[in-house]
Amino acid sequence: MARIAGVDLPRGKRIEIALTYIFGIGPTRAKEILDACGVDPDRRTQDLDDDDVNRLRRQIEGNYKVEGALRTERSMNIKRLMDIGCYRGLRHRRGLPARGQRTKTNARTHKGKKRAIAGKKAPPRK
Amino acid sequence: MPRSVKKGPFIDEKLLAKIDGMNHRGEKKVIKTWARASMISPEFVGHTVAVHNGNKFIPVYITENMVGHKLGEFSPTRLFRGHGGKLADKRSR
Repeated sequence: MARIAGVDLPRGKRIEIALTYIFGIGPTRAKEILDACGVDPDRRTQDLDDDDVNRLRRQIEGNYKVEGALRTERSMNIKRLMDIGCYRGLRHRRGLPARGQRTKTNARTHKGKKRAIAGKKAPPRK
Repeated sequence: MPRSVKKGPFIDEKLLAKIDGMNHRGEKKVIKTWARASMISPEFVGHTVAVHNGNKFIPVYITENMVGHKLGEFSPTRLFRGHGGKLADKRSR
């Protein structure tokens, strides 16, 4: 079982895709890593031997910020914005989009699921 | 689109000159400014700048973390008191 950076890689998938299950590694980085380690991207995770997995692990842990460390960095960046009291920080505090998007409609990704507003009539359905 | 690197950061010259002067003399005074688009440069750290928000001047104490942001980011121009209903009425007072 290939376990890299605290994540179990799916066994049956091509390694190029399996690596993207790690937070912080997308298709581009996955290819980069495989290139650097000299592993064929078309091989399945289960077909790799321990040596290959170890090389991948060393490559990833040595050169990239992934999983926990990346999540921490991201939340620290947001926390910094909130602490200095700038506009983007205020938007994060309120759970609204921070880059000038409209909020009259949409913006559901950041605002989360719709909350019903008391006393507001639903628009007539056709 | 971000500002061209060739031009360098926009820092309001008059404001920077005032801050530099104060740094030389070692004094700290609140400076009023309308230059919301001005980048905060490292010279500003430790000073308080009163940034206009269209209505009044909001005093902003500059810390190291703020370098690289614009002054306007710290002086909100809009005041949202929530949408109608009793709750909002209470809050607006």
